Amino acid sequence: MSDLTRETLVVNMGPQHPSTHGVLRLILDLEGEVIVGSEPVIGYLHTGFEKEMETRTYHQNIVFPPRIEYLATFIEEQAYVTAVEKLLGITPPKRAEVIRIVLAELSRIASHLVWLGTSAIDLNVSSVFMYCFRDRENILDIFEMVSGQRMMHGYFRIGGLQWDLPAGFVDRVRGFLATLPAHLDEFEALLTDNLIWRQRTEGVAVLTPEDAIRYGCTGPVLRGSGVNYDVRRAFPYGGYDEYDFDVPLGTRGDAFERYRIRMEEMRQSRRIVLQALDRLPDGPIIVDDRKVALPPRRELVRSMEAVIHQFKLVSEGIHPPAGEVYSAVESPRGEKGYYLVSDGSNRPLRVRVRAPSFTNLQALPAMIFRSYVADVVVAIASIDIVLGDVDR
Amino acid sequence: MAADLVRTVAEALAPDVAEHQEFRGETTLVLPVGRILDALRLAQAAGFVLLTDLTAVDRHPAEPRFEVVYQLTAPDARTRLRLKVRTAPDAAVPSATPVWPAANWLEREIFDLFGIRFDGHPDLKRILMPDDWEGHPLRKDFPLVEEPVQFIGHTPKVPSRIIPKTPPRQS
Amino acid sequence: MAVISRARFPHDVTEADLQALEGNFLTTTVDRFVSWARKNSIWPAQFGLACCAIEMMSAAAARFDLSRFGSELFRASPRQADMLIVSGRVSQKMAPVLQHIYEQMLEPKWVLSMGDCASCGGVFNNYALVQGVDKLVPVDVYVAGCPPRPEALLDGYLKLQELIAAGPGARGRTEVAKPNLTRPEARIPRPGTP
Repeated sequence: MSDLTRETLVVNMGPQHPSTHGVLRLILDLEGEVIVGSEPVIGYLHTGFEKEMETRTYHQNIVFPPRIEYLATFIEEQAYVTAVEKLLGITPPKRAEVIRIVLAELSRIASHLVWLGTSAIDLNVSSVFMYCFRDRENILDIFEMVSGQRMMHGYFRIGGLQWDLPAGFVDRVRGFLATLPAHLDEFEALLTDNLIWRQRTEGVAVLTPEDAIRYGCTGPVLRGSGVNYDVRRAFPYGGYDEYDFDVPLGTRGDAFERYRIRMEEMRQSRRIVLQALDRLPDGPIIVDDRKVALPPRRELVRSMEAVIHQFKLVSEGIHPPAGEVYSAVESPRGEKGYYLVSDGSNRPLRVRVRAPSFTNLQALPAMIFRSYVADVVVAIASIDIVLGDVDR
Repeated sequence: MAADLVRTVAEALAPDVAEHQEFRGETTLVLPVGRILDALRLAQAAGFVLLTDLTAVDRHPAEPRFEVVYQLTAPDARTRLRLKVRTAPDAAVPSATPVWPAANWLEREIFDLFGIRFDGHPDLKRILMPDDWEGHPLRKDFPLVEEPVQFIGHTPKVPSRIIPKTPPRQS
Repeated sequence: MAVISRARFPHDVTEADLQALEGNFLTTTVDRFVSWARKNSIWPAQFGLACCAIEMMSAAAARFDLSRFGSELFRASPRQADMLIVSGRVSQKMAPVLQHIYEQMLEPKWVLSMGDCASCGGVFNNYALVQGVDKLVPVDVYVAGCPPRPEALLDGYLKLQELIAAGPGARGRTEVAKPNLTRPEARIPRPGTP
């Protein structure tokens, strides 16, 4: 008998694959079922956002952020608009800030529901998928009530919001939040105490805290490994320092820990929204600076300057001072940052989107080394990537 | 405390710093290309343990043309710092992968979209564009490639021409 | 009316024979039955690309339930699927993959281009995206929207069902009129050239 030789088997997973959560391609080197090497190949959804945003004005660019991270759309809009406001050195009025926080946290809940539904269906718990999307439809109804669109809203403006809340919004949100804890308890009863779920997620896709920091991970991936870094606490924006909420922290760094963190984050988001609704002040919803925001229409019949400002803003757009800023928010995936470079003209010189999914995905080969092929599905699901964010 | 950490690092790097910019509460230090790795290691040891972002800006037609920007975060001290190097298209920058493995894909993306090479990178190849793509899309001389929509008898403006670029304004 | 044909082997069949066959009572009824069966059990291939995929998942979920129209399952393998819902933007790197998946599907197959990016490039008129998947595969139904509401997707789906019910001759398929964009020289002009 000849000497037995060992070869690794190269298996291609994706880019069209039901469990890669988008167009991600993984090239896996397998020894039997054990993964001894992996290489994610990305770029299948590269859209050229950054170059596209260099060719439009700051206001025209509001259209693009929700299409980058299409699950947490209001948080993405908030990230861009907050960065431009930092560049300009203005803050929106209090009412606008509170409404932004309400919608951003509802976005976080919606995003985590999609994550939970798709992760569950990867592990063949299809009823949780249906339940999560049922709850998400209620949130999308609220979004449609506010902005007219379920997903790509375009509701936030530089300096505030597009228009005020409709009547009945607060009651609608409270009604939804009243039903949420019972549903979350239902999901936990179906999953957390489920032997199969625990066996498939505990000890799988483990990331040590040192590795998490070295790979630049943020969000639940970093917090699951025990590093306490949440942009809402570290660099508060939009009024988050006035709210009382906990940031869930894990210890073991496995997929089950990240699942527990995201479930708890949904409850904490609900807490934030209830506090925000309680303290929703009256007042203007956009900043008063005529160089930034359009004047109210009734002023146009009285004031020549208002007409000129309107004309200038619509035909040219805002002109931030030359300089650069980096402004970040906490998206459901991690730190979503916008690095804006302005040369003083009406278009940004450079818009860099710091995508949390891009850096988190780099840690995937470290997570799945020496685990089984079946664990790859769990690992990808637990990182919670959005390919629009990865590829931009 | 946060400002102290930034000041400490800025003072430690002061001999090498070519420019020190402050804008909207953020500090940017511009360094020569040869000193950037030591500066990154110093900042990492001082507490800026997270490499938040690594990107590039094309300042064409200014010389040197590119800026490679390192965004660092110290989560314990809750502070951020930005380090920059200026480089030309044919000059390579030392790779930050020995300091942070996170720089691996970030530098590949810069190579893909700008064409800046990184010395010492384990696997410098395209990451977002197809492997046989020619050109570096985020350079200013690479066109956006907009296809005009053709109606009968009328071709409307492509989106980027609807509001033209105004000259930079000194405010 | 009897069909008289002199053909004894498939390669002997003439145009007149085929025309006579189309008018035959038995084959039209069989055709209608087959079309009915096909339109009521279109199983799409999983080809969610970007944001439209989330609305496609919503269309398949509890509120807008696509399976009441026959799409009980989204098949992961294109070889087992009838329809390709291209939901999302198709980048230059993904274009050959899309063609490959389309070629792997077995006839009869249909393509529904969901959303603005798949239909015409959408908001993104730039170097990175194929401006409409009809440059790569023949499309039967276009659904506009960014993203289209699940009801809009269902409307497009029902239109596709009508197209299938009308029979093979009625399908006004778009022709793949533009050159194959995966060839490097067909992609983009070199910088500096007009």
